[in-house]
Amino acid sequence: MAATRAAIGLWRRLLTLLGGLLGGLLAVHSARAVDLPEDKAEALVHSYIGGGVKANGPALLVRKSVLDKVSLTGSYYMDAVSNASIDVVTSASPYHEVRHEFGVSADYVYRDAQITLGLMSSHEPDYVANTGSLDMTQEVFGGMTTVALGFSRAADKVGKKNSPEFSESARHWQYRLGVTQILTPRWLASLNFEAISDDGFLGSPYRFARVFGAAVPERNPRTRSGRAAKLRLVGDLGNRDAMHVEYRYFTDTWGIKAHTAEIGYSRYFGEKWLADTFVRYYTQRHAIFYSDNAQSETVYVSRNRQLSTFNDMGFGAKLSYDVRKVPGRYDLKLNGTYEYTRFKFKDFTDIRDGSLYGYGANIIQVYLSATY
Amino acid sequence: MSPLRNLAGAVLLGATLLSGCAVPTVPTLKPWVKPYERERLADPLMKLSRDALPDKHFEHVRSVREGARGATGFQGGGCGCN
Repeated sequence: MAATRAAIGLWRRLLTLLGGLLGGLLAVHSARAVDLPEDKAEALVHSYIGGGVKANGPALLVRKSVLDKVSLTGSYYMDAVSNASIDVVTSASPYHEVRHEFGVSADYVYRDAQITLGLMSSHEPDYVANTGSLDMTQEVFGGMTTVALGFSRAADKVGKKNSPEFSESARHWQYRLGVTQILTPRWLASLNFEAISDDGFLGSPYRFARVFGAAVPERNPRTRSGRAAKLRLVGDLGNRDAMHVEYRYFTDTWGIKAHTAEIGYSRYFGEKWLADTFVRYYTQRHAIFYSDNAQSETVYVSRNRQLSTFNDMGFGAKLSYDVRKVPGRYDLKLNGTYEYTRFKFKDFTDIRDGSLYGYGANIIQVYLSATY
Repeated sequence: MSPLRNLAGAVLLGATLLSGCAVPTVPTLKPWVKPYERERLADPLMKLSRDALPDKHFEHVRSVREGARGATGFQGGGCGCN
């Protein structure tokens, strides 16, 4: 009898202890205002066809939390590129190459803050790029404001096919600062700044410039520093639909000034369908050393049309279908996106006929996304 | 008035100002959208980025063709694509 009472007493003490521990754990969880990113997987097939370039391939991403403290992400992205762009067909032979990119990251949440550490490695036959990044977000002002800070550092090794003696490098630094603000129960605004610095070989060993009509290897400065600022507004329109508007300004020490504007509309149809549409416009002024055909000898000269004066306009649509949803267990969606973009160059000519160059590009994405 | 008394007065005034007591204060800014009013903001429609891979693909397509970069909310990474 005494032994039974002792056993019951011990059992009660154990239950009390377990209850205390559980209560403590729950208290810790309730003290954490920011949740870890939800567990998620994405499987994408992407395609870009435009200007003589075809780039397509698969991409995968898996994110899983471990012990409810850290969320780990692994990703793989492949680009199989067939390049017969105007640069290539007017100065070299079309080529095919594959790029593989691997990424891992870890998210850690403590109270109102989230810290993300990421590593990324991109491999092409003649270019290897390794990037490390550290980002932090902090909710303040009763959760109405989220402040984000980030830093990336990348180191690239640049090679040249069939030229083993060619060996160059480039380094990149990126510093990010962002604020997301709840304006009303229906409107959000975000303001992002980024400073980017590049150092090293910042061109292409294959690209040619034109000086007095003759082809010469391009000569780019070995440093570049840029600043970008973007404002975005997102609003719930009240009928299971929403819109967003955004604007970005960019300027750099190469003389490029660019404006990007986008407006989009999203809406649910029934319980299973979600549609998005958007229009995007981009315009930029050329770099100071860009020339379609330079008429004087200068230290730096480039005919890279990415540095020319041009604009592009894109129209896009996306459809998402909820394939299967089991509340509390998983949610599987099938998604398709299509965008058509038209590029118009103002000071880059097709040297075959002297006309100003332009082309249209089709971008297609089909992917499955699942939260679990 | 001794310097010590001046110092004590300054400390007292500072503490009073910091604590916000006994001094007519400027109205403080408080969060005006309560947590229970943020249901619509939690809808996927309102997310700045719903899915990482397709957004990364668009970002990549643009960054190798346009001169502008950054402030997109993506970390990005180097490649020899341009």
